[in-house]
Amino acid sequence: MTDAEELRVLTRKLLEEHPPATTDRTDFLRARFDAGLAWVHYPVGLGGLDAPRALQAVVDAELAAAGAPDNDPRKIGIGLGMAAPTVLAHGTDEVKRRFLRPLWVGEEVWCQLFSEPGAGSDLAALATRAVRDGEDWVVDGQKVWTSSAHTARWAILIARTDPDAPKHRGITYFVCDMTDPGVEVRPLRQITGEAEFNEVFLTGVRIPDAHRLGEVGDGWRVAQTTLMNERVSIGGARIPREGGMIGKVATTWRERPELRTHDLHRRLLDHWVDAEVARLAGERLRQQLVAGRPGPEGSAMKLAFARLNQVISGLEVELLGDEGLLYGEWEMRRPELVDFTGRDAGYRYLRSKGNSIEGGTSEVLLNIVAERVLGLPPEPRNDKDVAWKDLAR
Amino acid sequence: MTESSEPTEQPLDLLYSETEDDLRAAVRALLADRAGPQTLLGRIETDSPYVPGLWKSLAGDIGAAGLLVPEKLGGQGASHREAAVVLEELGRAVTPLPYLTSAVVATETLLALAGEGEAAAGLLAELASGRRVAVLAVPLSTAPGAEFPLAESVAGVPDAAAADVFLVPRADGLYAVPAEEATVEPQTPLDLTRPLARVTTEGGSGTRLAGPDAARTAVRRGLLAGAGLLASEQLGLAEWCLEETVRYTRERHQFNRPVGSFQALKHRMAQLWLDLVGARAAARAAADALATGSADAPLTVAVAQAYCSKVAVRAAEECVQLHGGIGMTWEHPAHLALKRAKSDQIALGSAGRHQDAIACLVGLEPPA
Ligand SMILES: Cc1cc2nc3c(=O)[nH]c(=O)nc-3n(C[C@H](O)[C@H](O)[C@H](O)COP(=O)(O)OP(=O)(O)OC[C@H]3O[C@@H](n4cnc5c(N)ncnc54)[C@H](O)[C@@H]3O)c2cc1C
Repeated sequence: MTDAEELRVLTRKLLEEHPPATTDRTDFLRARFDAGLAWVHYPVGLGGLDAPRALQAVVDAELAAAGAPDNDPRKIGIGLGMAAPTVLAHGTDEVKRRFLRPLWVGEEVWCQLFSEPGAGSDLAALATRAVRDGEDWVVDGQKVWTSSAHTARWAILIARTDPDAPKHRGITYFVCDMTDPGVEVRPLRQITGEAEFNEVFLTGVRIPDAHRLGEVGDGWRVAQTTLMNERVSIGGARIPREGGMIGKVATTWRERPELRTHDLHRRLLDHWVDAEVARLAGERLRQQLVAGRPGPEGSAMKLAFARLNQVISGLEVELLGDEGLLYGEWEMRRPELVDFTGRDAGYRYLRSKGNSIEGGTSEVLLNIVAERVLGLPPEPRNDKDVAWKDLAR
Repeated sequence: MTESSEPTEQPLDLLYSETEDDLRAAVRALLADRAGPQTLLGRIETDSPYVPGLWKSLAGDIGAAGLLVPEKLGGQGASHREAAVVLEELGRAVTPLPYLTSAVVATETLLALAGEGEAAAGLLAELASGRRVAVLAVPLSTAPGAEFPLAESVAGVPDAAAADVFLVPRADGLYAVPAEEATVEPQTPLDLTRPLARVTTEGGSGTRLAGPDAARTAVRRGLLAGAGLLASEQLGLAEWCLEETVRYTRERHQFNRPVGSFQALKHRMAQLWLDLVGARAAARAAADALATGSADAPLTVAVAQAYCSKVAVRAAEECVQLHGGIGMTWEHPAHLALKRAKSDQIALGSAGRHQDAIACLVGLEPPA
């Protein structure tokens, strides 16, 4: 096992051999991956050193101090947060070697082809078909709300391979090549005016069987790895006091005394307290992870931040009064990265509405907390043992 | 999405240590054994809600009364973190004991005066051992930064009935007045497990512990520690409420289903759990900031109070509601929790007062 001191030595060696000032960004990131300093808890040869996850902070601090380039996690969030842990857990050695390095370096962006027009919260109801044809699978169907599909090189995809099995059992998990001629990406404009997500039409897309993750028919279980990591990756970051959305409003409050009213003051303080407590809870979650005692608080953080972002950005628009009546611009853009806090208050207000929908709605997360954390009885179900093809749609 | 760079200041330790877990287990076992709901329900209509001998066991056998007091002054030399754990357990069981008042507020007040003379130090050792109980004679509602009465007669003094000695702030300083020399007139409290009384002492009675300036600083420090650790009592209480509600709604059937399987209820309980995750972080932060004497303690305490008092009340109200008719009965302990939660909301400064303090501390000034 590698300890903090060894990691520091390795990091300094990397910096010596590839001085950030004179090294090309991508070359530096590749070298960092090869040195095992990308995600230290990953296996040797796959960007890591089998070290405790908590020690990543040691490496990050050294690199940040030296002004080393980072891999812009905001651009490759789906790859880092969701695709990578799934590939690591369920991919063959060859698949892991092929995908993880360009994913981490950011040369290849990933997207997530899960949701469908008829299958959102009830993801296991999906209808996109994959049919075996020799060494390939042939995929037909439609996905929707796919963030970054327009910049993605690869996708994680779940498709139905056995319509006669109950819905959770007939699903298989694949890595899909977004440059395949059968893949068509159409922008889907959202309430901010931007087209951050897309519709994706899959017509006769050929996926080699070697790009399957996990067993045939076991895709639902594989997808759990993705979904669990999705929830943890949202809200795990360490933020300073007033670091999130609340900082923007607090700054406006301090700089613009003419906007202040008693009603807004009361609400601002309510939100300030809630934001500070959410920050502390996030910090506590992090400390638990470091101590090797992860709790179920991950889903709590996503729920808390969704609500906070919404109420705080709503207050910000109100606080701005006449300016709150205006909006930056409505022109349709296809952004390269998902931006929660950027642009103006109106944008923040509208974008925050997605926080309680994307990555599992708050309602669905509350169900999960109630059943898995509190142990409350499940909802009565009528879809568990019925073949998918016989379910009413 | 991924780890951001490390902030420079040392973060608060928000976890529980093994020693704290052991202490919790000991206190919980003692309370389960001696102060269960039926015992408390039986006592609240007698002259005194305090369970005989319980204070001696907690203070003497477990050594909980002296946690804040350094060993050289006769205490356990632990910290606010451990005292907070004791309070979580006392909150869970809504225990009538003068812990917050004597082992925290009065003790912390005296700790500020330990250098001022032998009287304070001597009293401190007695409090730490649990041999005597001291109560600060200010109204329970007094916030850490607020003005407090310097009158001969003060109403709303908590746990006066259990006090052997009162710490009485007067214009010319802080006095220790033996209970025999004071008049204690019980009031009827909303929270039956934390008795209130009007305490009258004659001017000049008792021993002077400190002059006016030192007294003011000491009382504020006592109230700050009290407010900070009250958050842990509120956390424990809210935890009990949620656990009981989950347990009950899993078992109670209506419409041929456990009522806990109805989503409208599940979401409310899940939301409470979420509030508790926050309350635990806030209460731990306050305890740790007090324990380390952090300059941030006043803000951290105010945040914990502003947040935890609301959570405890919401948890207790939900507990009553989701128990249905049974929740409204005198036999069920839910009302003990509700009464404590509501009175804790006012104790040591309301949420609103703590928010005003926050506004001041972080520079979010109200409109002109
Ligand atoms: C900004 C954004 C980006 C996204 N990016 C991606 C992506 O990259 N890849 C991808 O695959 N998907 C993506 N999604 C899709 C997202 O995962 C789904 O929108 C989400 O899971 C909800 O599904 P739905 O939209 O079909 O809503 P529905 O499931 O139809 O829900 C409608 C309403 O019913 C509620 N509801 C549903 N089931 C229950 C239940 N059991 N109990 C209580 N209430 C319930 C929901 O909470 C919601 O309020 C994105 C969505 C957004 C908004």
